Amino acid sequence: MNRTSIDWDRHFTVLADEIVRLREPGEEILCSLSAEQSDFIRFNSAKVRQIGAVQQGRLTVRLISGERHAYATLTLTGSTEPDLAEVARTLLILRDSLRDTGDDPHLLFDRSSWQRTTFRTGRLPHADALVRTVVECATGLDFVGFYAGGTIIEGFASSTGSRGWYQVSNFNFSWSLYDPNGRAIKTSYAGDDWDDALFARKVEEAAKRLEYFAKAPKVLTPGQYRTYFAPAAMNELIGMIAYRGFSAREQAAGRSPLCKLNSGALNLDQRVSLTEDLDLGLTPAFNEDGYLRESVSLLTQGRGVGQLTSARSAREYGLQTNGAHAHEMATSLAMAGGELPEAEVLAALGTGLYVGNLWYLNVSDRTQCRLTGMTRFATFWVEDGQICSPVDAMRFDDSLYRLLGSEVEHLTDTPELLLEDSTWGQRRTGGMKLPGMIARSFALTS
Amino acid sequence: MLDILKRIAANLSTDAHFWSIRLVDETTQDHEVRNDVVQPFRTGRDRGAMVIVHSDGGAAYAATSDVSPAGLQAALDIATARARASAAYSLINFAAVPVMPGRGEYASASIGVDLPERAAWLDMLGRECAGAALGEKIVERAASVQIGQSTHSYLSSDGAQIEQRFRFLMPNVRVTAHADGDTQVRSLAGSHALQQGGIDILEHMEFSGAGRRLAEEALQLLAAPNCPTGMRDLLLMPDQMILQIHESIGHPLELDRILGDERNFAGWSFVTPDMFGSYRYGSELLNVTFDPEAVGEAASYAFDDDGTRAEKQHLIRNGMLERPLGGALSQARSGMAGVANSRASSWNRAPIDRMANLNIEPGTSSLAEMIGGIEQGILMRSNVSWSIDDLRNKFQFGCEFGQLIENGQLTEVVKNPNYRGISASFWRSLAAVGDASTFRTLGTPYCGKGEPTQVVRVGHAAPACVFKAVEVFGGGV
Repeated sequence: MNRTSIDWDRHFTVLADEIVRLREPGEEILCSLSAEQSDFIRFNSAKVRQIGAVQQGRLTVRLISGERHAYATLTLTGSTEPDLAEVARTLLILRDSLRDTGDDPHLLFDRSSWQRTTFRTGRLPHADALVRTVVECATGLDFVGFYAGGTIIEGFASSTGSRGWYQVSNFNFSWSLYDPNGRAIKTSYAGDDWDDALFARKVEEAAKRLEYFAKAPKVLTPGQYRTYFAPAAMNELIGMIAYRGFSAREQAAGRSPLCKLNSGALNLDQRVSLTEDLDLGLTPAFNEDGYLRESVSLLTQGRGVGQLTSARSAREYGLQTNGAHAHEMATSLAMAGGELPEAEVLAALGTGLYVGNLWYLNVSDRTQCRLTGMTRFATFWVEDGQICSPVDAMRFDDSLYRLLGSEVEHLTDTPELLLEDSTWGQRRTGGMKLPGMIARSFALTS
Repeated sequence: MLDILKRIAANLSTDAHFWSIRLVDETTQDHEVRNDVVQPFRTGRDRGAMVIVHSDGGAAYAATSDVSPAGLQAALDIATARARASAAYSLINFAAVPVMPGRGEYASASIGVDLPERAAWLDMLGRECAGAALGEKIVERAASVQIGQSTHSYLSSDGAQIEQRFRFLMPNVRVTAHADGDTQVRSLAGSHALQQGGIDILEHMEFSGAGRRLAEEALQLLAAPNCPTGMRDLLLMPDQMILQIHESIGHPLELDRILGDERNFAGWSFVTPDMFGSYRYGSELLNVTFDPEAVGEAASYAFDDDGTRAEKQHLIRNGMLERPLGGALSQARSGMAGVANSRASSWNRAPIDRMANLNIEPGTSSLAEMIGGIEQGILMRSNVSWSIDDLRNKFQFGCEFGQLIENGQLTEVVKNPNYRGISASFWRSLAAVGDASTFRTLGTPYCGKGEPTQVVRVGHAAPACVFKAVEVFGGGV
């Protein structure tokens, strides 16, 4: 955003100090900040469809008095005087709300004191220049895409003396190139050091891949198909279990799609290991309950070995918290790679499906970890290690227990880092690091 | 709020030929009792503004949570500069796009009537939570209500002055049963009990007694066999019909989607512009309306977020496709008539074509007549799983609750009921539409679309409906 930026670090410090000053005897206060200054540009038909900028900051204040507590979230203007007044008003509302509240037997927060700071600047494109670059590179192509870039901030402060700050500047640009028959190749370019030449090269390489669509599509009938899942497709599969699969609360209630795995009733292939890996640096290493987050081994050699336990779940179920967020979703999953070099994927696949992307997944049977969804974008039929023809979108309905169990044939040797590109409400931190996978079979239904 | 905005706007300056400011101020309150434990109170206030500028044929927006005069002027400056800089590369010539200088007000029904205090809410929620305690197989019981109050003020350089005040209630009860490695969940209207209005929404949603009723059904499902596989006539109750409407009528009829804006994310559509006026979308029983005038429905309003006055329109009449879901901008781009559905999730997102209230008009069949007319079928209620292709054609949906229909009688309860179909043919198999006695008004706050992504509240109202010869199946490997 091309304007005088708000110094969110300074502003948050001023607000947090004032909040601590305003607390009354017996009270503790936890504060969490989410803020962004972002540029958003949509493209359609290689032209600008929508361009804009968003500046926003939200502060969540949690007032704790004995065993009672309540939360309030407010938007911040970024100016000291009005925000201090709003914070003071919010504290009064929270204090008043505690009068109607009994003790919470599941209240737990960290009372220790720590300091953590992550601050990464980036070299991002200027929006005006980016528009020119994109239109030049996309000339002659049916280019439809979305650029999101800027600064994302997460902050934490507690009256017990903890301070956490996570501020990164980065971008995430995904685009699809369509052929006249409505088939498309999707590509993404994400990072914190924009390079016009690299972007141009990625567009050019994607355009060359459109040639695969020139051939008549292969019509597949429902059945089992030997399949390679590119890392972007694995992102969709693993994303489904990242959502609720490892949550201590969901597991306790039996709603996790990984209950059988976590109970030890079944195992996956020994090569499957998954870690909530904070060392990737993709997300803040602290949470809204004031705990420092730890890396957590979730699956080791195909066995369920860990879960994501928030403070609340820890107290409710008699567990140890590992700094998981209150929603207990994985935000930085890393899957161990295998032995297959990426360059040998097509040869190893031989004859079968190459799935570049999956789309709109959902659970069709929770107990069996059965997922349904669609193939999308770059999905091809491969014969004798050569891409032969495109495949029109097909529905699948298959168990992830099977796909990551008996059907694993190869995992690629260099897992790919896929930055979170979600913009629900605000640009999000996080991501996954995943290998590609060849499965012996994959169930297509229609 | 409109008066404050007018005073600020009077001192803003830009030489752009058009600008608008949309200010949103929304508060939410969440009350919940889970396993008889009162969950901590959560409240929120979200306030900010979006400025949109048209200049030199380009357009741009700037959104800010700083709604001071200086903050809005800064946003106006950014949007003006960016509109100009991008004008030469704009897909749309905004100089030729008509803008809507609407003037007026709107308020949700009974918005002035006070709601219960927190203690009273907790009593009600606690009763439902306790009512669901039917033994050790019930492993989680939660009753909640979210209350949202929102004021949207809109001003534009060509004289638009709009203020709309909304109040939303979304009660829910969710019960989880677990035994022998299986888990079954039942929820109030499939967690789609969203409406505008007051406390009477609880009665409409059959909230009182829901805890016990849903717990009994969850236990029933736990003991039930899986849904059988095969072709059956399908009776969908309103809390599944709304999902069916949403995914396979609503999204494919969004005009910006048809025009290709969403192809990098939400997808395209099997519907093309040439189909309007001539395409048979469904059987003659299918009548679909866009109805922002429905009292109490979740997305009722008088003006959309571009300032266009909203009114009821038929999208599909007697099965024939008439009109897309396209706001003023999409109408100008396509040359087609549309509806006032240019909507944004909040101040920090720009308006795009969205569903609002999208309803199926009631028919003439009673529920008993529909069941009685089915030889081999299944009733499904309460959506739990949904997936559809990027053209909004091939779908697979699952429900919480299924019950077989044999020779005109409801028989065995079955778990994990799912069905598959193709939008283009599914609606043509519509064989019966329920009368007003089967009609329910529901909604969801989680309709997702757009880049950056937005979730908006949408309303859906529908009767129970019967579809002939649908592929159904259950769980298991």
